[in-house]
Amino acid sequence: MPWFSAAAVVLIGVGLYMSFFVAPTDYKQGEGYRIIFVHVPAAWMSMFIYVVMALWSGIGLVFNTRLSAMMAQALAPTGAMFTFIALWTGAFWGKPMWGAWWVWDARLTSELILLFLYIGFIALQGAIDDNRRADRAGAILALVGVVNIPIIYYSVKWWNTLHQGASVSITKGSSMGEVMLITMLIMTFGFWAYSIAVALARVRSIILERDRESTWVSQLPEMRTR
Amino acid sequence: MFDAFRAIVVRDLVLAMRRKSDVFSTLFFFVIVVSLFPLGIGPEMNTLRLIAPGVVWVAALLASMLALERLFAADHDDGTLEQMLLAPQPLFILVLGKVAAHWLATGLPLVLMAPLLGLQYDLSVDALTILLYSLLLGTPALSLIGAIGAALTIGLRGGGVLVSLLVLPLCIPVLIFGAGAVEANVSGLGERGHIFMLGALLVLSLLLAPLATAAALRVSAE
Repeated sequence: MPWFSAAAVVLIGVGLYMSFFVAPTDYKQGEGYRIIFVHVPAAWMSMFIYVVMALWSGIGLVFNTRLSAMMAQALAPTGAMFTFIALWTGAFWGKPMWGAWWVWDARLTSELILLFLYIGFIALQGAIDDNRRADRAGAILALVGVVNIPIIYYSVKWWNTLHQGASVSITKGSSMGEVMLITMLIMTFGFWAYSIAVALARVRSIILERDRESTWVSQLPEMRTR
Repeated sequence: MFDAFRAIVVRDLVLAMRRKSDVFSTLFFFVIVVSLFPLGIGPEMNTLRLIAPGVVWVAALLASMLALERLFAADHDDGTLEQMLLAPQPLFILVLGKVAAHWLATGLPLVLMAPLLGLQYDLSVDALTILLYSLLLGTPALSLIGAIGAALTIGLRGGGVLVSLLVLPLCIPVLIFGAGAVEANVSGLGERGHIFMLGALLVLSLLLAPLATAAALRVSAE
């Protein structure tokens, strides 16, 4: 975990430096485009974390393991945070570019719905006192959500679309400058490392909290000094 | 198996008839919400005609959320739910029966009331027919999806608000295509595509939602 935190600090630091000083100014969008170095990786992470969360939930339901449900629970706040960051930076970008803080466009709307799904998951877990039930209820909700995400995405997409198409795709390569792409990838890996570090830290506290009555926790050096 | 389905539907309908106020409170909530919009926006007929499909659909969505809380609550309180979980019939069928009865008691009245409210908004007869069809296809899907949330939140504090929080995001596709069908008809684009999508959503939720609901019931009743 310290490794991931260190990697997160270094990568995000380098990424931010590159996005502000190294990457060239965009000829159409000027300096304002630099916000995408935070916006796009955050949006990627927000979606990816939900899928990972659903994966852990599925594993937890099938194999009845405790730790995977805890992982799902630990990931949810980070995912919600990235969703919020993506929306927030998107609003800052949209004001100068589109002239509006918010437009009812397909991607914005589905990202907003993703935020609602995260909040629903966190709220459900918070409302249930029994840990075991909270884990499994949250797992079912996450799985239902992950089945629903494509449906929501496409229905919103057919409903209305204004957001520009993706500039980076695995099959077609990138339509961006190389420096910009590298910067964005560095930021993405930085966010990855951050998510892993934070999720692991959180899962550690969750384990300690749930097992606070057990002997192994009371024998930890931190506990014995008290 | 289908005897069990029929038995549950009949039983729940009888129970609903004994407590008419529950059914009517949902219905009148729907009517009041729809009637509030002209008061808030102003009686300009052109605007109202424009927003009518969306308003009716959103109100139907909210009204069906309101009714969800009671779907499993009474059965959970008096222990019927545990007997259902123990019954030899598949839980899938029992859940389907409960949702069907719930829809007949709360969803169908909304559907039948909707054209009347559409008249208040000066929708054409064509648009009213489409509104009826779209609600007829959409509200069962809402009940099915909502049942998952209801099953997850049995016996929790603040259950009602929590159900809405969980279920409303999942209901967005139904809302989009339901209101979209009527809007497409009003603007002359043709509503077939939207209606077909609604049908697809209904079939999909008919297959998958009871599974998730059954799993959620087992978790909640442990």
